[in-house]
Amino acid sequence: MDKQTARKVLENPEFQKMERQKSMLGWGFSAIILIMYFSFIWIIGSNPDLLRTPVSANGITTWGIYVGIFVIVFSFVTTGIYVSIANGKFEKMTQDVVKSVRGEK
Amino acid sequence: MKLRNSLMFAAMSLMASGGVWADALTGDVEKQPLNIAAIVMFFIFVGFTLGITVWASKQNKSTKDYYTAGGGISGFQNGLAIAGDYMSAASFLGISAMVFTSGYDGLIYSTGFLVGWPIVLFLVAERLRNLGKFTFSDVAAYRLGQTPVRLFAASGAILVVIFYLIAQMVGAGKLIELLFGLDYIYAVILVGVLMVCYVLFGGMLATTWVQIIKAVMLLSGATFMSFMILKHAGFSFETMFKQATDIHEKGTHILGPGPLVKNPIDAISLGMALMFGTAGLPHILMRFFTVPDAKEARKSVFVATGLIGYFYLLTFIIGFGAIIFVTKDNPHFFHQVMKEGKSVYELIGGNNMAAIHLSEALGGNLFLGFISAVAFATILAVVAGLALSGASAVSHDIYASVIRKGQATQQEEMRVSKMTTLALGVLSIIFGVMFESQNVAFMVGLAFAIAASANFPVLMLSMFWKNLTTRGAVAGGFTGLILALVLIVLGPTVWVSVLHHEKAIFPYGNPAIFSIPAAFIVGWLVSILDNSEQAKKDREGFESQYVRSMTGIGAADASDH
Repeated sequence: MDKQTARKVLENPEFQKMERQKSMLGWGFSAIILIMYFSFIWIIGSNPDLLRTPVSANGITTWGIYVGIFVIVFSFVTTGIYVSIANGKFEKMTQDVVKSVRGEK
Repeated sequence: MKLRNSLMFAAMSLMASGGVWADALTGDVEKQPLNIAAIVMFFIFVGFTLGITVWASKQNKSTKDYYTAGGGISGFQNGLAIAGDYMSAASFLGISAMVFTSGYDGLIYSTGFLVGWPIVLFLVAERLRNLGKFTFSDVAAYRLGQTPVRLFAASGAILVVIFYLIAQMVGAGKLIELLFGLDYIYAVILVGVLMVCYVLFGGMLATTWVQIIKAVMLLSGATFMSFMILKHAGFSFETMFKQATDIHEKGTHILGPGPLVKNPIDAISLGMALMFGTAGLPHILMRFFTVPDAKEARKSVFVATGLIGYFYLLTFIIGFGAIIFVTKDNPHFFHQVMKEGKSVYELIGGNNMAAIHLSEALGGNLFLGFISAVAFATILAVVAGLALSGASAVSHDIYASVIRKGQATQQEEMRVSKMTTLALGVLSIIFGVMFESQNVAFMVGLAFAIAASANFPVLMLSMFWKNLTTRGAVAGGFTGLILALVLIVLGPTVWVSVLHHEKAIFPYGNPAIFSIPAAFIVGWLVSILDNSEQAKKDREGFESQYVRSMTGIGAADASDH
C-alpha cells in the first residue's frame, strides 16, 4: 500500500472512530480476561480455602468449581461478544472506509 | 496380566517439582497385549485420511495452496482445525488423569490452556490475517529488515516446533506401546512416516482435514463418555461429586485446590507462559492464513474457544467418572505391586490411563478401541501441523526470503519445503528413539516458554508499537528466547529432575514472568536508542502497516501472486 492511501485512511473520520472503538474493545476485553484469570490464580496460591468452601450448607460442590467453570464459560462468552461486534459494526465501518478511500482515487 | 511399571507421567512428576506440564507422556511403560479393535479402527482412520491426502495433493498447485490451503478454509472449519491442533492426546489423557488423582487441580490447569484464546482473538488474529501470507514471520518482519528479523522469527519457530515434536513423538511411542501393544520403535516410525505423507503430499489442505476429523472424533468420544457418567449420576453434578468423593481417598479435598499451586509466583508465571505462549505458537498462528479474510479469522477463534472450552469441561467430568468407575477393587483396572516393602494398588498402564480404562468401563472393548484410535489420531494431527509449520519456516523464511532474497520461484520454494518435511520426519524418528527413556515433559514447557517469551513480544511490538526497529526486534526477541531457555535449564524441571542436581539454581519452574517482560524491555530500549538509517525506515513503514492491519487493504492482492 502506498503512503498516500495510508494517509487518506488515517485521516478519514470514520476510520478514526472505528480505530478508537476497536482498540477500546480489544484492550478492554483483554484487560478483563487478564484480571479475571490472574486473580483466580492468585487466590489459589494465597487463599485456597476460599475456593474449598461449599456453596450451600448441605451440598458439597465448592465455590472453586463454580469459579473454574465460570472462567471457561466467560472466556467463551467474551469471544462471542467481541466477534459479533467486530464482524458486524466494525466490519461495516471498515468496508465504508475502504470504499470511500478507493472511490476517491 | 502381570505388569510392573513405574510410569511417572508429566502431571505427576511436575507437581512435585513445582512446574507443571501435563502435555507430554513420559517415563517407562510396559507393552500391552495386542488390541485388535483399536488397530482396526486406527487403520480405518489412516486409510481415510490418506485418501484425503491424495485428493488434496491434486488441489495443491501453488505455494499458497500448499502452505495455506489456498486461503479457502471457512471460519468454522478453521475453528475445528485449530481445536484439533490444540487438543493434544496428552491434554486429554493428562488432564483427565490429573482430575482422577487430585480432582480440582485438573480444572486449574485447563483454565490456563483456555484463557490464551480470547487474547489471541482480541489482539492478534485479524491483524495477523491482514498482514501475513504464510508464516508469522511475515508479520514480524513486515516493515523491518527482512534478513535479521526473519532469521530470528524462524529460529523461534523452529525451536518451538522441535521441542514440541520431541515431546509428541516420545508420547506417541509410549502411548501406542500401551494402547496397541506395538513396539515403541514401530510406533515412532509409523508416526514419522504418516506425518511426512500428510504434509509432503497433502500440504495444509490435508493437514487441516486430518485435524478436523480428529477434533470431531475426540469431541464425540468425550461427549459420549461424559453423557454416560452424568446419566449414572442422574444428571446432577452434586450427585456425581458425592459419588466420587465417597470413593476417593482424599474425600472432599478433591473439590478444591490441591498440591498443584503452592507458590503464587510460579503459578502466575505458568499462567503467563500458557496464555501468551498460545499467542506465539507458530503452528497455531499459521492456521489464520488459511481463511479468506479477517472476518473468518475472528469467527474461527470463536469456534475454537468454544470447542476447546467444551473439551476441557468434558475432561473434568471424565476425570470424576474415572474416580467413580475405575475402582481399586476391579482387577481389570488395578493391580497390586510391592513398593518399598508395602503392597500398593497401581493403575494398570500408569496414571495417564484413567480415561482409557474408563472408556472400557463405559462402552466395552469396542469403545476402548475407538478411544485408543482417537488418542493416536490426535497425535498424528498435532505432529502434522508442527511439521508443516517447521517446513514453512525453513523454506519460506530462511530459503526464499533470506537466502534467495525473495527471488526464488514457487517451485523452488516448494521443493525446499518438501525436503525440509522429509528431513523433519527423519529427525523426529531419530529424536523419538534418542529420547525414549528421557523425561521429556519439560520440552512442552520449553516450547510454550519460548513462544511466549520470544515470538509473542516481537509480534506484539511490531504490530502495535511504531517505534520498534529491526535491532530492537532482534535484540528483544533473542533476549526472551535465550533467557527462557537458560532459566528452564537452571530451574527445577531440568536442573533437578533431568540432570539430577541437588538444588535448582533458578528457583521457579517457569521463567515466563521474567523472560516476557525482559524481551519487551530490551526490545523497547534498543529501539529507542537506535538512530540508524534502517531504524528510520522501520518507523516510517508503520503507518501503512497499521492501516493494512486494521482494514485489510492490500491483504487480498498480496496473497494472489
